[in-house]
Amino acid sequence: MKKSDFTILVADDDPDYLFQTVFNLEKAGYKTMAVESQAEAESVIARFKPSLAIFDLMMENDDSGFILCYKIKRKYPEVPVILATAVSHETGLTFSLDSEQEKSWIRADRYLEKGIRPEQLDQEIMKLLKL
Amino acid sequence: MAVLKVLVIDDEPGIRSGVSRILNTFHVTYPFMDEDYTFEVTEAATGEDGIAILEREMPDILLLDNKLPGIQGVDVLEYIRKRNYDIVVAMITSYASLDVAIRATRDGAIDFIPKPFTPQELKSSIENITKQLYLRRITHKMKQEGKKIRYQFLSVLSHELKAPLNALEGYLRMMQEKQAGEMIDDYTTPIERSLQRIQGMRNLIMDLLDFTKIRLERKEEKIQEVNLEEVASAAIVTVQPYAIQMDVTISLDIRSGVVIMADPDDMEIVFNNLISNAVKYNKIGGKAEITIDSSDSEAILIISDTGIGITKNDTENLFAEFVRIKNEKTRNISGSGLGLSIVKKVVELYHGTINVESTPDVGTVFTIRLPKKPMTIT
Repeated sequence: MKKSDFTILVADDDPDYLFQTVFNLEKAGYKTMAVESQAEAESVIARFKPSLAIFDLMMENDDSGFILCYKIKRKYPEVPVILATAVSHETGLTFSLDSEQEKSWIRADRYLEKGIRPEQLDQEIMKLLKL
Repeated sequence: MAVLKVLVIDDEPGIRSGVSRILNTFHVTYPFMDEDYTFEVTEAATGEDGIAILEREMPDILLLDNKLPGIQGVDVLEYIRKRNYDIVVAMITSYASLDVAIRATRDGAIDFIPKPFTPQELKSSIENITKQLYLRRITHKMKQEGKKIRYQFLSVLSHELKAPLNALEGYLRMMQEKQAGEMIDDYTTPIERSLQRIQGMRNLIMDLLDFTKIRLERKEEKIQEVNLEEVASAAIVTVQPYAIQMDVTISLDIRSGVVIMADPDDMEIVFNNLISNAVKYNKIGGKAEITIDSSDSEAILIISDTGIGITKNDTENLFAEFVRIKNEKTRNISGSGLGLSIVKKVVELYHGTINVESTPDVGTVFTIRLPKKPMTIT
């Protein structure tokens, strides 16, 4: 399969971050769906199965990203999810997906700090989509 | 019913058993304490034993004799002070030596119980100590909460400040690597968005200055007669360019001229924020109406708009810091999320009230009542 066969759902309440992420993903060759809120993401998930999802952690709720991870995994367990945040950068709060305990409550496949290079993001996505 | 642990360190067995007997049946009530306090007494005959018990039991109250066989009472006191233990100490002393009293007070003893004492004397001392202990712990708790709120504020603030920088960085990288093409015209959106984010950041910094100003600058000498009509007119002039762009008509209705005692900068903050919101969250071709009225004791300011309105749910958090109502209609409106929290703080500083009534898609009315009379600003 080629990259253009995959649709990536991106949810982020910062319109510029969303624009840039979508721009980079499309440049890399993927199809995208962009939404600006947890609510919109939920309504997309309800009627559409993306190939992969990238969620911002803090949107209208502080834990929007966690909620979305949980909801999408319940509906489509096989869809890989990336949680993208700037949270540890800003609050000193750190978490990863390295321990079993963290994996048990964060239902994401990858946890990425915002601001990673477009090529790096593409590589992570390719790994998750087994490309 | 809460239990306070009392440790009594005294080499006289009679004093120790007397304290135990009296306090074991004693309880303290206080109108604003949540519950009654009772006491559980442990005894030690020497300072050394006392310290061992203290380390193990961590009492709330220590009754301490100064003259002890080994180390002295003041040494125990110093031991506690050095470790910052949250223990209220009262000295039991048979002779009122001024020297000991001064040293003990300096080292943190808060009361003296003369020896020999009557049950009533001991009870009234313990009652005082309990109240002090309660107040001290409440104050400590409130300080902790204050710290927590400040930390939350700072972490949200750093998020709000970094978001535009991240956006700018992303756009600049895009241009540096010519990701969207070779021509400058390929970057129209990134450039426009960058400029908007810079403006947003500038507004945030301005709001932040207002925010710290109302928090830190409380100078009584700045309080003067302020004509609210003048402040409102000036604010309208400031917002006018934006109103023209939005085709929003601003009108000012003075039902009675109002002069109040205030810091003019504070009043400017109130009007600027509310009038610019009335324009910003309006519809194209809408109206913003400012009414100034007064009762005997209050100035009444009503700012109404014909804008997008706020749902009942959203009005609850409206005045909190960094709260921005996010929905389809506010998506393209930029704001720091500080404006209304600043307005509310100012209004409360003047012992006034602010009220909001709103209907989605019809409009919003803010009503502010400020006392006219000069009063202390706190």
